Amino acid sequence: MVGQSRLQKTLGAIGLYGAVFLYVAFAILPIYWTVKISVTPQSLLYSEGIKLWPSHMTMENYVNVLQASDFPRFFLNSLIVSIATALLVTAVASLAGYALSRFRFRGKAWVSLVLLLTQTFPLVMVIPPIFRIMGQLGLTDNLYGLIVIYTAFNIAFATFLMQSFFDGVPKDLEEAAMIDGCTRVTALRRIILPLTLPGMGATVAFVFTAAWSELLFALMLINSDDQKTFSVGLLTFIGKFAVDWGQMMAASVLALIPVCVFFAFLQRYLVTGLTAGAVKG
Amino acid sequence: MASVTLQSVSKTFGAVKVLSGIDLSIEDGEFVVLVGPSGCGKSTLLRIIAGLEEASGGEIRIGERLVNDVAPRDRDIAMVFQSYALYPHMDVSRNMAFGLMLRKEAPDKISRRLGEASSKLGLNSLLGRLPKQLSGGQRQRVAMGRAIVRDPKVFLFDEPLSNLDAKLRAQMRTEIKALHQSLKTTAVYVTHDQIEAMTMANRIVVMNEGIVQQVGPPLDLYDRPANVFVAGFIGSPTMNFLDGVVSLADGPNVRLKDGRRIKIAARNVTEGQHVTLGLRPEHLVLAKDGIAGEIFVVEPLGMTTQVSVRVGGELLTIMLMERIAIAPGDKVHLSILPGNVHVFDKGSGRRID
Repeated sequence: MVGQSRLQKTLGAIGLYGAVFLYVAFAILPIYWTVKISVTPQSLLYSEGIKLWPSHMTMENYVNVLQASDFPRFFLNSLIVSIATALLVTAVASLAGYALSRFRFRGKAWVSLVLLLTQTFPLVMVIPPIFRIMGQLGLTDNLYGLIVIYTAFNIAFATFLMQSFFDGVPKDLEEAAMIDGCTRVTALRRIILPLTLPGMGATVAFVFTAAWSELLFALMLINSDDQKTFSVGLLTFIGKFAVDWGQMMAASVLALIPVCVFFAFLQRYLVTGLTAGAVKG
Repeated sequence: MASVTLQSVSKTFGAVKVLSGIDLSIEDGEFVVLVGPSGCGKSTLLRIIAGLEEASGGEIRIGERLVNDVAPRDRDIAMVFQSYALYPHMDVSRNMAFGLMLRKEAPDKISRRLGEASSKLGLNSLLGRLPKQLSGGQRQRVAMGRAIVRDPKVFLFDEPLSNLDAKLRAQMRTEIKALHQSLKTTAVYVTHDQIEAMTMANRIVVMNEGIVQQVGPPLDLYDRPANVFVAGFIGSPTMNFLDGVVSLADGPNVRLKDGRRIKIAARNVTEGQHVTLGLRPEHLVLAKDGIAGEIFVVEPLGMTTQVSVRVGGELLTIMLMERIAIAPGDKVHLSILPGNVHVFDKGSGRRID
């Protein structure tokens, strides 16, 4: 910056990087600890307590989780539920968001208001009626039930998210396309959709993460082992007399992988401003 | 190419009337500029011609065809937007060819038309670029290219130069006019800039509050404005207005508030009628005697000098063609070049001849 001495600049940089380092360390520590415990042999778990890295490492926990537990099943269930929910929510929210962004219709303000209202209920309050409804529909203790519930609970926020992405695409582009020879639908498909892909990517990622880590409904609606998602499955490592920390942490680390892969894959959509240059900026 | 005919077109948004009873016929090959202050309905009218907005009443014809219920894509028009509205994910050539591709034209025809349009606009070296890699002027040109490549019946321009800097705007103005002279396609051009209107149009349509105020060739509007609004809107610097009362004693003249009398040529006036006089800045000159005033501000423009003169309680703008040593505070006299006083009825604002 203008008018600062060299010393001030150096101190400023140290302060800035120091603050960033502290923040990152704070965010990373729980994950680091999870990884650390997952590779610590059972025998060293309590004896080496709070050492930053165990004196001896093992992969035993991972082998046990993958070969001797139901975890692969839980993992697959979570994957099915999360992907299905993410795709379903994004498809519906995109269409709803487009309508809210582009059309004037009677009751539009009410639709937005009611969508917003659904976000204000504490989940615990709606659990009993939902349990009853799902029971009668035969949707308890299976993955479809979870997909339906997750979709319902994520759609409002996702709709607002998608609406804001559609709002970000200038109306002129659509109109130009419609004069060029598109119908509204072809304009949507060939002009608007490619430009809102980053938004859809963000929505998919958001919903996927929400569904992936959901515990409350999964715990309530699922009983049998072969329908459990991993978040519920993690609880099976808590035994009557002891908690198997090593395996539980190994399972947790494995559960982080899809989310990480997902974000690595989607991040280029999340950060690229595809609309740059559309109109005078 | 085609004519465009509007017959008592109106538009309301809810309870708000934006356009009422617009009648306008634009001839084949004509360059018509719709001009007016913001909110006058000019853009809405253009969008109605494009089919992006539905008329609440009246008929719109392109050529002989009634197009009220025809979708924009079937009207055979092209539009250049203020924001350019280039497709950000397509390069320049795709942007320009998009319309032809949608119409499933043969590839060789597309590339021929693309070639013609891009050389006409000097875009050949930019064809592979994305819109974000272009400057404002280049984007403008691509937007033009996208319009001409389709060879439509009518061009519609919605304030296409508003986002450009002054120098580029003047240059593009000339280019668009030259382009129209070579293509001879009917064009409807919306702007709030009366200089664009004056320089480019075959005919100008001045609008205010959803009503057409006057239609005519630029110089007709300048020389014979139909009402006070047009008189004030067309011309820069703006026309000077003075209120007074008609007296018919020794030839029609108007007595101003301070008792001075100004001779007028208008015949259709009555004794005691309240009128507004309009005086163009270039029709007021410094003289030995005449209207007494005091120099307020001097603005040299090089070719001319614009001077504000305080006369009584009012400021009059005059345009001097020669460079004279004057300074704020100088006492001067103004005289009116004969035959250049516009007279408007004070109540209705209408021109009186």
